[in-house]
Amino acid sequence: MGAGRLGAPMERHWGVSASSVREPAPGGPDGRRREPLRRRANSASASAVGASASAEGVRRDRPGSYSGATSASRQRVESLRKKRPLFPWFGLDIGGTLVKLVYFEPKDITAEEEEEEVESLKSIRKYLTSNVAYGSTGIRDVHLELKDLTLCGRKGNLHFIRFPTHDMPAFIQMGRDKNFSSLHTVFCATGGGAYKFEQDFLTIGDLQLCKLDELDCLIKGILYIDSVGFNGRSQCYYFENPADSEKCQKLPFDLRNPYPLLLVNIGSGVSILAVYSKDNYKRVTGTSLGGGTFFGLCCLLTGCTTFEEALEMASRGDSTKVDKLVRDIYGGDYERFGLPGWAVASSFGNMMSKEKREAVSKEDLARATLITITNNIGSIARMCALNENINQVVFVGNFLRINTIAMRLLAYALDYWSKGQLKALFSEHEGWCDRMYGRDINMSATLIRFFRVILELLEHSLSY
Amino acid sequence: MAECGASGSGSSGDSLDKSITLPPDEIFRNLENAKRFAIDIGGSLTKLAYYSTVQHKVARVRSFDHSDKDTEQDHEPPYEISVQEEVTARLHFVKFENTYIEACLDFIKDHLVNTETKVIQATGGGAYKFKDLIEEKLQLKVDKEDVMTCLIKGCNFVLKNIPHEAFMYQKGSNPEFRFQTNHPSVFPYLLVSIGSGVSIVKVGPGSWETTGLCSALLSTGCMSEPCQAQVETEDRFEWIGGSSIGGGTFWGLGALLTKTKKFDELLHLASRGQHTNVDMLVQDIYGGAHQTLGLSGNLIASSFGKSATADTEFSKEDMAKSLLHMISNDIGQLACLYARLHCLDRVYFGGFFIRGHPVTMRTITYSINFFSKGEVQALFLRHEGYLGAIGAFLKGAEQDNPNQYSWEENYAGSSGLMSSSPELCPTQRPRSGTFDLLEMDRLERPLVNLPLLLDPSSYVPDTVDLTDDALARKYWLTCFEEALDGVVKRAVASQPGSVDAAERAEKFRQKYWNKLQTLRQQPFAYGTLTVRSLLDTREHCLNEFNFPDPYSKVKQKDNGVALKCFQRVIHSLDALGWEERQLALVKGLLAGNVFDWGAKAVSDVLESDPQFGFEEAKRKLQERPWLVDSYSKWLQRLKGPPHKCALIFADNSGVDVILGVFPFVRELLSRGTEVILACNSGPALNDVTYSESLIVAERIAAMDPVVRSALGEGRLLLMQTGSSSPCLDLSRLDKGLAVLVRERGADLVVIEGMGRAVHTNYHAALRCESLKLAVIKNSWLAERLGGRLFSVIFKYEVPAE
Repeated sequence: MGAGRLGAPMERHWGVSASSVREPAPGGPDGRRREPLRRRANSASASAVGASASAEGVRRDRPGSYSGATSASRQRVESLRKKRPLFPWFGLDIGGTLVKLVYFEPKDITAEEEEEEVESLKSIRKYLTSNVAYGSTGIRDVHLELKDLTLCGRKGNLHFIRFPTHDMPAFIQMGRDKNFSSLHTVFCATGGGAYKFEQDFLTIGDLQLCKLDELDCLIKGILYIDSVGFNGRSQCYYFENPADSEKCQKLPFDLRNPYPLLLVNIGSGVSILAVYSKDNYKRVTGTSLGGGTFFGLCCLLTGCTTFEEALEMASRGDSTKVDKLVRDIYGGDYERFGLPGWAVASSFGNMMSKEKREAVSKEDLARATLITITNNIGSIARMCALNENINQVVFVGNFLRINTIAMRLLAYALDYWSKGQLKALFSEHEGWCDRMYGRDINMSATLIRFFRVILELLEHSLSY
Repeated sequence: MAECGASGSGSSGDSLDKSITLPPDEIFRNLENAKRFAIDIGGSLTKLAYYSTVQHKVARVRSFDHSDKDTEQDHEPPYEISVQEEVTARLHFVKFENTYIEACLDFIKDHLVNTETKVIQATGGGAYKFKDLIEEKLQLKVDKEDVMTCLIKGCNFVLKNIPHEAFMYQKGSNPEFRFQTNHPSVFPYLLVSIGSGVSIVKVGPGSWETTGLCSALLSTGCMSEPCQAQVETEDRFEWIGGSSIGGGTFWGLGALLTKTKKFDELLHLASRGQHTNVDMLVQDIYGGAHQTLGLSGNLIASSFGKSATADTEFSKEDMAKSLLHMISNDIGQLACLYARLHCLDRVYFGGFFIRGHPVTMRTITYSINFFSKGEVQALFLRHEGYLGAIGAFLKGAEQDNPNQYSWEENYAGSSGLMSSSPELCPTQRPRSGTFDLLEMDRLERPLVNLPLLLDPSSYVPDTVDLTDDALARKYWLTCFEEALDGVVKRAVASQPGSVDAAERAEKFRQKYWNKLQTLRQQPFAYGTLTVRSLLDTREHCLNEFNFPDPYSKVKQKDNGVALKCFQRVIHSLDALGWEERQLALVKGLLAGNVFDWGAKAVSDVLESDPQFGFEEAKRKLQERPWLVDSYSKWLQRLKGPPHKCALIFADNSGVDVILGVFPFVRELLSRGTEVILACNSGPALNDVTYSESLIVAERIAAMDPVVRSALGEGRLLLMQTGSSSPCLDLSRLDKGLAVLVRERGADLVVIEGMGRAVHTNYHAALRCESLKLAVIKNSWLAERLGGRLFSVIFKYEVPAE
């Protein structure tokens, strides 16, 4: 059961060799490769479920749940009670588009442990840590790796690996082939796929998933991270002068008193949660117009193939050629309704005219799509905040990753239409990123959830 | 129906079609008298409004000069009838595609006689574009009006004047259209106008009390009695929000995605598509429903979420459908959020995105139901497309104060349910090209609620909803079809001197026949289908072809005959003991009610047996106990103190009113009860009209001292109902009558006849005692009620304490 053998099925199922997948990416400041471009709409994290909306009033406070435990899995749970969880430590976030796998690589393995370590465990470790790509679609985000982390008394590195959700069957098959179940490990999983693939894990891989509720994960993750506060800095920030590219600046926001809080999680779709305390929150509503809509429409309208590409196009486009503005109709502000001339009266409204359709560029269309989706989320979030009587709104989610346009627009729109009553907050982990790479990355909901998954894992082990 | 040119609606582009010939009889009626114009030019449709006058023949009755009483002969009629011309006001609305605008303007210019008109009120996005054309063609100055102001004025107007204007749309249920009865406290309401973008406005008194304060309970302005100040506050509105994702987004984005240029074609694509191929559903992520959140698996998690791939081609239909869902859901969600913030549970939708398209009404309704969990109602308007034009017209007509009147939809001249492309709505009948019409008649006097209604907001006049009850619908439509020959014959006979009576009667037959066929296909075309609406439509069609009162001669004769029997009847009644007399009076009322030319079973008897009289009718009646029989309770009541004032709605001329109602009235008067006798303002079948009732009362007063003194002392008052229907809508009654009822403190309402007490008002709950009586002169209906032909309904009700 060597590394080669573990790798082989992955190769077989996941396609061609790793190097062919990777495209050269613009180097980060640290000279490392940035994320590969081949990245889909990011985590279509199931928590961001759209039109579905309004499971209002359903207050939930359940952590992860074991369900339908077989005798084998019960044994595993039993074993957890006795000692800290056995390696390997995995966490899975199975979204609608992407699966995010987090893997803790212990670096303090004693000789004794090394001796005892079963071969399959060793091969998994080697396979995962010595590659950056797995099959044709699996990718390890090297830049996200957390080094020398102490988790549950063990020192090690945390690796982040992702692959498309449609390769999930192959992944499960691999687990079966490699006899993962013999490792007596617990797979903590969150995201919609934890439900969707639970049965497959069980019947094909004989693996019992510890399903963690994603919204729970999200909220606890955020609050945990904020309470830890990396490098003593606040993890929340807001934009001052968001409309002015010269004067616009990010300022830290002290979320010492976080409740009540409206949490807007923008994944493929959007979920909006009203959070009253760590354990008391409800899903207010959701919309199906989210990151997936932006990316999906961009693919159809511009032929782009990655989220990054779509964003990049949007950054160069001019949405006012596509959208009909108030001033296009009224020649200026529409004072009667207090509508400024720059406000969009009809998204894509200019595209009703053939001439104007012919005059727009793909970049303009990408920009208009971004503005449309973002404004709409802002508008719904504002109405929810008013209805729930909450005035701090935290936006998180993969849609906002490297998406400054959207963040600034949300910040501006919320401020403008609420006449300064509402504040748009964003969560970041600059301190953490600083320490690691000196780069500025918005902490995505996925990353936050990873933390939660890990925490859950540890909580389980510690309490037993 | 006339054809409007060969080009058809399929022609594309903005080019104006000049080659069409317009059928003036059908489209721009009464143009020669038109004097005030308004136009609403939208993205693809133009709506023209004008005010005009219509000349009608009316039958007037006039008392003979009785100064020389002795000369009165047996054969002489009790009064004379003269046919006169009457001028009434009518609002005309015409809707047509923008491509016809130039041809229409030319047509109007050629036919416009009235030169006083100097200005045309214009609204809508196209008003600017066509301003020069209008000014050049019509030589009228274009006065631009604010779109939203017009929309709201128009909306208030139709909600007030058209009883079944608003409806809920439920795809797949039967009926798909569920009409709202006019709500007296419609204000404030939320109007969501979906044009290229979306505007959400709060309309009516209280609309300036902004955001979210539910505690401020808003006064329920009684819309039935508009005073000018109130109308002004009702027309107030506040723009509370909007969205840029609207019809323009559907059209613009749809055009980009599918290369389909026309809005209607996009909708057509959408109606055939499968959104699940393009959208990412909850089950695509979870493998099924999301149980903890209670989200079902087929809900959309991410619109266009599956299109984020370069590998797959998506069909135009699927993308259009996905887009439609995305936009409808989004609008519905925002509408619910605003409704919640403003504590409103009804949202009216309008704008070109809706325009009666079943597919958009369906998705919007679905979305509202979903997001509000059924707490908010999505309502649509039958005349949604006309709101702007109506509002613009009202704006221009402010000096005439059109809101002080009540108006009534003319079923004969209106096209019925809004237009939509036949492709999308296959049940839609072919119409006159792409022209769609609405006509509103101005009523002489404002109509209001009867103050005695227990709960005006829940009052529904009609007993059976024929849109709901397919069996009853089939029966009544057939019944009206079968009766048509007789009505035509009667109409011709009523105008023996007229040369074109037969021709007009034939036109009437055609028109009414067509309406009946429309209603077979589309029962909801004019709102809720009821026996009342079928009767009213027939009256409107008769009027349209100048048969204002086909029964005038019959009524004249019957009244004459009955008057001659009056004294004999009174004598025999007076000879009875008190208790016997009470029963005889009630039986008289019922027997009189047998004389109904509207009922085929009776008209057949009356036609074949001219000698059929009061006594024969009494013998026809069912013996006690009657089908519904609360006579004992009524008798018991009569032994108590007299009523203060009785309001009586009379039915037929002749025996009914003279030998049935008047003796009953006389008895009440003798008890010390004041009586308000309310008769129809205009003719309908052989129902006694107000003017006829005046003459009849005068003649009876001449014979009877009780009636004479009561009339003289104002204890017997004759009033008009404001209606010209064989049925009775207690929410639309003459204001004068309502005022009087309140002043006199009426504590008893008597409703007589099948049309007023069975087809309508059978279930009407009043705040005072009521007596509903009728003879069932239709065996099908009798059977339905569990009885036989000539069964008796005697329903005496006392409101719960």
